[in-house]
Amino acid sequence: MGRRVLVTGLGSFWGGRVAQALESDPSVDVIVGLDTREPTVELERTEFVRTDEGYSILSRIVRATQVDTIVHTFLVVDSSLASSRHVHEINVIGTMNLFAAASQPESRVTDVVVKSSTLVYGSTYRDPVWFAEDTPRSSSPRHRVERSLIEVEAYVRDYALDNPQVAVSTLRFSNVLGSDIVTPITRALTLPLVPAVFGFDPRLQFVHEDDVVRAIMFVLDRRLGGVFNVAGDGLLPWSEVAAICAKRLAPLPPFGSRLYARPLARLGVDLPPELIELLTYGRGVDNRRLKRAGFEYQTTSAGAVRSFAEAARLRGALGRADRPPYHYERDVEDFFRHSPAVVREQRG
Amino acid sequence: MPLMPRSQTSSSSRRKARTTRNTGRLVAVPSAAERRAGDRKVSQGKGSERAAAEQEPTEGSTAKTRPSEAAPTTSGLDDPRMSDVDEWGRSEQLRELVRRIYDPVYEHWFRVEWDGFGRIPTEGGALMVANHAGAIPADAPSIMHGIERDLGRPVYGLADEIFKRIPVVNLAWSRLGGVQAHPDNAYRLLREQQQLVMVFPEGSKGPGKTYSERYQLRRFGRGGFVQIAMRSGVPIIPLSIVGSEETMPILFKLPLLARALGVPYFPVTANMLALGPLGILVPFPAKLHIRVLEPVRFDVPPDQPRYSRSRVMDASEQIRQTIQDSLHDMLRRRRGVWSG
Repeated sequence: MGRRVLVTGLGSFWGGRVAQALESDPSVDVIVGLDTREPTVELERTEFVRTDEGYSILSRIVRATQVDTIVHTFLVVDSSLASSRHVHEINVIGTMNLFAAASQPESRVTDVVVKSSTLVYGSTYRDPVWFAEDTPRSSSPRHRVERSLIEVEAYVRDYALDNPQVAVSTLRFSNVLGSDIVTPITRALTLPLVPAVFGFDPRLQFVHEDDVVRAIMFVLDRRLGGVFNVAGDGLLPWSEVAAICAKRLAPLPPFGSRLYARPLARLGVDLPPELIELLTYGRGVDNRRLKRAGFEYQTTSAGAVRSFAEAARLRGALGRADRPPYHYERDVEDFFRHSPAVVREQRG
Repeated sequence: MPLMPRSQTSSSSRRKARTTRNTGRLVAVPSAAERRAGDRKVSQGKGSERAAAEQEPTEGSTAKTRPSEAAPTTSGLDDPRMSDVDEWGRSEQLRELVRRIYDPVYEHWFRVEWDGFGRIPTEGGALMVANHAGAIPADAPSIMHGIERDLGRPVYGLADEIFKRIPVVNLAWSRLGGVQAHPDNAYRLLREQQQLVMVFPEGSKGPGKTYSERYQLRRFGRGGFVQIAMRSGVPIIPLSIVGSEETMPILFKLPLLARALGVPYFPVTANMLALGPLGILVPFPAKLHIRVLEPVRFDVPPDQPRYSRSRVMDASEQIRQTIQDSLHDMLRRRRGVWSG
């Protein structure tokens, strides 16, 4: 019997990507995807279930589908997308309910992968250049997304302690770039002038979106368990990032970001506070633990930036996305999955 | 002998009589430094050699900094970098530019002179520990300049977090080889990358003292530098520097202004009184004399989570005392503040 996987946040970029990767893995029998929104990518055999963001129906789903693997990608790491309350609801309450469901006695869960972020390390002037997985933060978290992610990781840790038979992996992803993903950083880099903080040129680290999916599949495959940083090799200054994207920098005042962040957001320049901190002090994470476990990155930090820049140029030249957008139609998807008229390959 | 490091030639010729136990080293070292300088062609950048020197630094820098920087990147992935800024924020091209600008200051303003330069290792990690003085200390750039020019290897300076907090200062300091003084940073530099690292254990208390307390070493922090050297398994090389106190003597301090600006001290220097506003930036041309003392090695295994507090504090105090004694010795021999 193959794997039965539950993917949270199927409608998010990562949920969709991970589900696609799981579909191409013949050892996976069943993929159930949860989200409040419809999937945004085309999926062959993943079953989509619509939930509320607090996952109140989760324990029923876990019981009914008897999943053995949970991939928790439904965590907001971009505070400009959701209100403070919303972030708390999705990240903290969602994770709490997920682990409550996974730890009920009927649960057959053996593997959990949580997609966290290097935001949990923060970014201050007291930081070391490189954070290892066990390096503590240098200051208490000041931003809601960071706070909520730290709470999420605390739930993950508790669950791992209470359920030693389950391989629980927390992956902390650095700034993700690639051809498709949209983050505060990609939005900043697609502006005519790239915002920077005057008098600072921090070193940043990036990871390619394909390496993110590969890392999730890798830890699932190896059943690693533990906390891992996922980030490409090398740190590069923000000015160089802009240069690779062929953009000029527009320096913002180094003080009083609270005053100018909101008016700028009205103008379409969205700078969440954690991004301003990152653009002041930067952050590097030590990626060697996952490498020692056998993972091989395909892209360096600079490579991820270039991949993003090339995709952005292509989009700019075409004036639209290079692929037509996908729209989820329940009837169509149900037809392909369940109608007797569809000839399906026998699996197994 | 255009390739002979200048400080070596001058010190060996002029100070023949005084260099007693260091003579042997002084003779041995120029040849090693010369050999290095010879194959890297980093000369003083004069005349026809300037063209060569202009191209060489970048090449030399990649050869020099890349192995350490790329240590984790062993897989040979395509890495489309556009600048030479390394993981610590240092740019070898910018360093080279600053070296060219600073060289006349080093040679003709401070007339820096080294004793026992050969004790600075040509390879392997080492932690250099020195006294720190002058409102805007001239010791750090001089040590970095001298070693980088004559030994051809980069020096990273560990600095207080204040350098990272202030705009522009942050950028300038990190591009020129400054690194936030965090134990993890020091360990990575010393143990994993085997670099030369410089630290002033007095911190801001050294340069922040008034002229009346000149050449009296402050407390050496909490001995963190000893612990770092033990954990990294590298020797500590104590340096004593004479002259820096006179480059920018602090007459008195303005604590309220310092607090308002969020800096450790706000000095009123003799330079300000003598030169007006220019005095904030222009040091007096006191002769800088740097003596490299016997390296201190620790007989403990590296990579331990912690070391005996008493051993750490003993070693720290011992190194402090060595530097203090050496300072007194150097001051005894110094004939004049300006002439050395």
